[in-house]
Amino acid sequence: MDTKTAGRKLGLKEKYAHMTRGLGWDTTYQPKEKVFPFEQMEGIKIHDWDKWEDPFRLTMDAYWKYQAEKERKLYAIIDAFAQNNGHLNVTDARYINVLKLFLTGVSPLEYMAHRGFAHVGRQFSGVGPRVACQMQALDELRHSQTQIHAISNYNKHYNGMHDFRHMHDRVWYLSVPKSFFDDAVSAGPFEFMVAIGFSFEYVLTNLLFVPFMSGAAYNGDMGTVTFGFSAQSDEARHMTLGLEVIKFILEQDPANLPIVQKWIDKWSWRGIRVLTLVAMMMDYMLPKRVMSWKESWEIYFEQNAGALFKDLARYGITVPECVTTATKEKDHLSHQAWSTFYQYGAAAAFHTWMPSPDEMDWLSAKYPDTFDKHYRPRFEYWREQEAAGNRFYNKTLPMLCQVCQIPMLFTEPDDPTKIAYRETQYKEDKYHFCSDHCQHIFEDEPEKYVQAWLPVHQIYQGNCFPEGTDPTAPDFDPLAAVLQWYHIEFGADNLAFEGSEDEKNFAMWRGMATQNS
Amino acid sequence: MSKVFIAFQLNDDTRSIIEAILADNPHAVLNEAPAMVKIDAEGSLTIHRSSIEALLGRDFDLQELHLNLISLSGNIDETDDEFTLAWAN
Amino acid sequence: MTTPQDYQGIPKDTVDKFHGNQLLYIGWEDHLMFCAPFAFPFPPAMRFGDIVSHVLPAAFGYHPDFAKIDWPAAQWFKSGQPFSPDFDRSLAENGLGHKDVIRFRTPGLTGIKGSFS
Repeated sequence: MDTKTAGRKLGLKEKYAHMTRGLGWDTTYQPKEKVFPFEQMEGIKIHDWDKWEDPFRLTMDAYWKYQAEKERKLYAIIDAFAQNNGHLNVTDARYINVLKLFLTGVSPLEYMAHRGFAHVGRQFSGVGPRVACQMQALDELRHSQTQIHAISNYNKHYNGMHDFRHMHDRVWYLSVPKSFFDDAVSAGPFEFMVAIGFSFEYVLTNLLFVPFMSGAAYNGDMGTVTFGFSAQSDEARHMTLGLEVIKFILEQDPANLPIVQKWIDKWSWRGIRVLTLVAMMMDYMLPKRVMSWKESWEIYFEQNAGALFKDLARYGITVPECVTTATKEKDHLSHQAWSTFYQYGAAAAFHTWMPSPDEMDWLSAKYPDTFDKHYRPRFEYWREQEAAGNRFYNKTLPMLCQVCQIPMLFTEPDDPTKIAYRETQYKEDKYHFCSDHCQHIFEDEPEKYVQAWLPVHQIYQGNCFPEGTDPTAPDFDPLAAVLQWYHIEFGADNLAFEGSEDEKNFAMWRGMATQNS
Repeated sequence: MSKVFIAFQLNDDTRSIIEAILADNPHAVLNEAPAMVKIDAEGSLTIHRSSIEALLGRDFDLQELHLNLISLSGNIDETDDEFTLAWAN
Repeated sequence: MTTPQDYQGIPKDTVDKFHGNQLLYIGWEDHLMFCAPFAFPFPPAMRFGDIVSHVLPAAFGYHPDFAKIDWPAAQWFKSGQPFSPDFDRSLAENGLGHKDVIRFRTPGLTGIKGSFS
């Protein structure tokens, strides 16, 4: 008889077992190696996938429930933000430039992360990590979508955000984040997990999403802080997946240790280089600052990653060598990056400016050992020149690092007055690097990095002009042609913040919002 | 001993969660920042479902923490009743 | 399937792709106002002195030290090693190949207020 029995509620551990292991199956009419062809490729040895454990024990049903609730909360705020002209509540219109960099540089990476996790989720034969990767793939798609939605409210009013996806694949500085992710997704599945799941999510995303998003709140941008924290609530789960994957691989076979260590070394450095952009967003682009880049580095890297590496020491993992370099660079990074964008401000899809005297004093206080000595004289000179109508626009293309693709702007770790030059000969050609660490990455996989799409070299090869451009025509203007190909509108999207359409419109609209005339 | 941390969005839902964590972990330190709080603790930090329920006055599923969580660090051990973050060294 | 060990890439920046030019990178020591060395495409037959007189002014001329440079006193480096370019000879005759990097140092000039900017 159909007697209704009150179903006993499953405990977390039991439910997790049913909803992951219980859903798996073994292949029957094809050998397992043919169904999961990339699993052996990298030399990682896995003996028992069932040893995998997700500490959150999140199952798909709970996942949908909580993600739906996060979305409802997020969209309620995004709607209120739009209805209330929230864009006029930000501290000042310079702030909006961080969103342009975020939308063109970061949001497309979220989408690539979606593709990457969908791919590796398919390639692992273990059920636990497949379920976790599937959830993460959905999270990343959600991040990309919610960021685009939230920032679209700004796109209605301000320049530089109209064609972010087109720009991501073309604009010179966006090749830095783009090539980082392309590097990761073109690796094998285990390397991808260590690269993105561990090195990026666990070790580095806190630096982007926590102090920077708190900074967005401090600058009155409720829409951004909400998508940022909503995304970061998923990151906590991603970080956990990243840490579990490392522990799992290391526990499976001692032969995995050197492979994993090499990937941790490589991807910590690749990630640290990408974060150069975040350093300058925090120190220069937020009109009100929560903390300096250096302080966030100390909290979220030195303290937090320090604890992490101490924990992993039991497996034989050591702190990557590049951390010594990065720790020396924390006093210089944001200043060197902002100098670069200020001078190449004609070729950027956002506005740049020199810090005000007050802001320079803040920088002196936060960087007592370096700002006044190395950067203030340069910035004061630029301010004077700007006031005299002679703002610096560098029109000559810079030399780039073959691996991180950043202009060769970094100084020697022990001498901030000298640019760091490194080079190597491989087959017929010379290759140049910003650091020992980028050089080592190249030398370990030269056949991969000789294929780098370096924006400066591509321009000189003639590959970055609109179709039909004749570079031999007498009136040919290469900068104008490249900007057209980027879809950067000269005079609207680029150049100085002072005198920009954004500055004028923001002042006018804010005036209209607070006065009747 | 290394520090673990957990960070939450600052809102009406998290007020009781934060209060419960601080009450159950006297060694934990609260750091406030715009729109968020970060709770740091030497060694380990444990969140008890019952403490949160007592303050909220309703049933609470520890997985609801995901809704307002910003970030954390440490090895996680989660059961139906407790959520613990700890470093091995 | 190809293994990672025998994978071959196609280099993107070989000299044949630059329409008769070769790349030369040039940096000015002690003048970090220019955030990075510059990259230029030059024909290998270009006279070295023409770079100094026709190309460098547009690239580095914004700096107040540039007008003060005493070129005969300038020190040159190729891949970091001392280098004595002959201004009347071509890049190729000076031994400069595709993607070589040279730097020059201008003794006595140390940037804005001596800050190496």
